Amino acid sequence: MSNKIMVGMADMKVSKHPGMLVTLGLGSCVGICLYDPSSKVAGMAHCMLPDSTQIVNNENVAKFVDTAVIRLVNDMARAGANKRSIVAKLAGGAQMFAFTSTTDTLRIGDRNVDAAVKVLKQLNIPLKSMDVRENYGRTIELHTDDGRLTVKTIGKGTKVI
Amino acid sequence: MNLLRNFSNINQLNELHFDVLKEIGNIGVGNAIGALSELISSEVKMSVPHVQFLKFNEVGKILGGEEVIVFGVLVHIFGEINGMMMFLLKPSSARVLVNGLMGIECKDTDDIENFTELELSAISEIGNILCSSYLGAVSRFIDKSVKPTPPILAKDMAAAILSVPAIEFSKMSDGVLLIDTVFETKDQNATGFFFLVPDFDSFGVILSSLGVE
Repeated sequence: MSNKIMVGMADMKVSKHPGMLVTLGLGSCVGICLYDPSSKVAGMAHCMLPDSTQIVNNENVAKFVDTAVIRLVNDMARAGANKRSIVAKLAGGAQMFAFTSTTDTLRIGDRNVDAAVKVLKQLNIPLKSMDVRENYGRTIELHTDDGRLTVKTIGKGTKVI
Repeated sequence: MNLLRNFSNINQLNELHFDVLKEIGNIGVGNAIGALSELISSEVKMSVPHVQFLKFNEVGKILGGEEVIVFGVLVHIFGEINGMMMFLLKPSSARVLVNGLMGIECKDTDDIENFTELELSAISEIGNILCSSYLGAVSRFIDKSVKPTPPILAKDMAAAILSVPAIEFSKMSDGVLLIDTVFETKDQNATGFFFLVPDFDSFGVILSSLGVE
């Protein structure tokens, strides 16, 4: 419980049991949580944009869903994870402001979630559960003992997925 | 092409670019404060706006912590400059401004759940007026049309709300340009934060309209 490792915006971290990976106040960004039950190695990425190929300035791999997942899996393998037993959970991708229009800018949360689902599928990583979209912020905690993900909100309760 | 090359990496903005953007902030906030003063019929003083370039992992903390509950008013910008603008404030500052606007003296609770519908509308309208007058001043300064859409209010964890302007910046840079300013009304302080986020092309339009290449 005490080994909280914070994952900020455009950031990613790997931890082994008994650590805990935490992102505070996830909004339209998507929190990609990976876990290997066999080694109890966990990884979390806090991605801001769906696709690195559409952006000129794309050196920071953690900023983009497509590049972050690949790097995170490799970092986890280096920390002792078995790539083939990694499973995924997703959180975030909210639309924080209730616009009626559907321009790309406003749908960024949706697009981040869509991109994450797609990349996980391409890499054959099973998506176990997700708490995504809607219109509110989330604080997420990925526990390395069993891979459970706690999702806390303001006024929308707390759940474990 | 020349402009695009210059602004493909906003991380390396040079001093001149930075000064121009600071000046835009000064002009915008100065005008917004004038509007606020009229709105709440009270003299409003402001601090010299503080302009800074923050890394993403610092952005969520500017209002005292990622999970602090805040109000955010968002307007989109269209015209010759496109992008978004956001005004953020804590419930305690919102209470000072709402009390001033509505002529309430004794209501001093700043619990976020204790704002009535009418007061929430007032916060939205304050944000709208501040953003509109900010943008009006910028528009006159650079001689380009800059129009805001109607405001939208959200209340949530600071980091979650700040993810919206941060994501806009993330398309161009690895940090966020923030302008924060402290208001002072009679004997109470209220602090507000502005984010002006021109899109990629509009950064170039702003700078070149001022003769900066």
